[in-house]
Amino acid sequence: MLQYGVRKLAHTLLVALGVVTLVFAALRLSGDPAATMLPGDASVEELVALRKTLGLDKPLPVQYASFLVGAVTGDFGISFRHQQPALGLVMDRLPATLELAFAALVLAVVVAVPLGIIAALNRGRLADVLAMAFAVVGQATPYFWMGIMLILIVSVELGWLPTSGRGSFAHLILPAITLGTHFAASLARLTRTAMLEVLGQNYVTTARAKGLPERTVILAHALKNASVPVVTLIGLQFGTLLGGAVVTETIFAWPGVGRLAVQSIFVRDYPVVQAGVFVLALSFVAINLLVDLLYGFLDPRIRTEDAA
Amino acid sequence: MRRLRWYLLLPAVPVIVAVAAALLAPWVAPSSPTSGNLAARLRPPAWVQGGSVQRLLGTDLLGRDLLSRLIWGARISLLIALAATVLGAVVGSLIGLVSGYYRGRVDRVVTKLIDVQLAFPFVLLAIAVIAVAGASIPVLVIVLAIGSWVGHARIIRGLVLSLRERDYVQAARALGARTPRILFRHLLPEILSVILILATFDVGRIIILESTLSFLGLGVQPPTPSWGSDLRDAAAYVRQAWWTSVFPGLAIMVVVLGVNLVGDALRDALDPRTQSRARA
Repeated sequence: MLQYGVRKLAHTLLVALGVVTLVFAALRLSGDPAATMLPGDASVEELVALRKTLGLDKPLPVQYASFLVGAVTGDFGISFRHQQPALGLVMDRLPATLELAFAALVLAVVVAVPLGIIAALNRGRLADVLAMAFAVVGQATPYFWMGIMLILIVSVELGWLPTSGRGSFAHLILPAITLGTHFAASLARLTRTAMLEVLGQNYVTTARAKGLPERTVILAHALKNASVPVVTLIGLQFGTLLGGAVVTETIFAWPGVGRLAVQSIFVRDYPVVQAGVFVLALSFVAINLLVDLLYGFLDPRIRTEDAA
Repeated sequence: MRRLRWYLLLPAVPVIVAVAAALLAPWVAPSSPTSGNLAARLRPPAWVQGGSVQRLLGTDLLGRDLLSRLIWGARISLLIALAATVLGAVVGSLIGLVSGYYRGRVDRVVTKLIDVQLAFPFVLLAIAVIAVAGASIPVLVIVLAIGSWVGHARIIRGLVLSLRERDYVQAARALGARTPRILFRHLLPEILSVILILATFDVGRIIILESTLSFLGLGVQPPTPSWGSDLRDAAAYVRQAWWTSVFPGLAIMVVVLGVNLVGDALRDALDPRTQSRARA
């Protein structure tokens, strides 16, 4: 298990390096940051001066190296708008984003896993059809529209919950539903498929044949084995969840990293965009490492599989 | 190939309607999508008190006819989705083909690249690129294609990896067929149905992503009508005019639902093997 962990860590570091490189490439190759940051009527002298301050006049490899050093030491520059280190601003808001993403995740798992199991156990019957109808519609609904509709119905029409901001538990409910639904939809589908596959296995038939109660068969034998693909999806989808958080935060004025990054684009606060994207992407990489480790714990075969 | 049952084609109806609306927009839209009548702003839909049949779905804040904007918006949204899907599918499939066929160093680089990109939430990547490149339709298409090539590359690579060992491929090679001929004449036809299925699911995903970016203000810019950017404006006055938020979103949902269900039907009909792989 230790060896497996070390191997996964090495892989993660490599991916993290790739992510940093991708951030660098996306930010440097798609245009001139200096031109983006300055207002349209800036003079050429101002442009040259800013390029020099940002180090954009140096050759690309040098820029890349200093970007790497900055990323490792957490130096993304000073926010123009807030006159504070960009990373600090982002880190201040990270808890809010993680809180939202985590709430959505829990909500999705609590709803979708039982739904998928019920659907699988009632294959072809009404419960299955309804569960899958929910899943298919959920997958086709954009986050932001879901959010607007929830605000319209629950907050404006019914007046039950606040429409924006963060603070009490009540503030968390609508954003979490908004963010969690899409995920719940794909999770329910996958849980159903995984359960159906496992339920057809010999060991399940054996478990039933030796007279174990159906509950034990389902929970102890089937569910544990069906959980590997489900856990993988949870890990993979956490990134989508972080991306979705950007949108959800914008709708509900949730003070998280995503909203900060989007707002910073419009005011050309470039260091903050950079730090925000970087921190969120790296959180995702860290989560995936956790999932990989959990994965090796759930299914010992995996530990040895890719060692060869 | 299993028989395609007629009722499986029902979900195609909203897709066909949307495509028809997009193609025929200048002729079927009741009025201009961009010029509004400020005297007639925020009029409700026809069946609500105060609505009129001339403005079936009501008007927005600038007095523009909502139905006309939806119809013209279909044109922009579908065009972007189609362009990005095709670009992503072509690039991704080519990379997958080459990587799976050559294996070795090329393959190692490609798989690492795929790993890295999968470790990067798409919306964030889009934000990073658009922050610098600026929001415009060509940038949007490229960004969306960057978001979709990976799925193709990964699955096509896996398929080609096993297909290249088949007897008929070995035979073609033994007969002296050159690599491009093997790739495009022998391997490509085998995987075409998978590419088609993947691309169908991509259309749905990309419509949602495009509308999401446009909603954030990073995609299609006003006054160009698009479902996502219309919702951006509408969200601000959802209290005063629910219809401006409800209809564009409904359009996105119904079309994406249709595309996804068509994709399901296609997959079941063409390729039962990919059943659990193409979508999770």
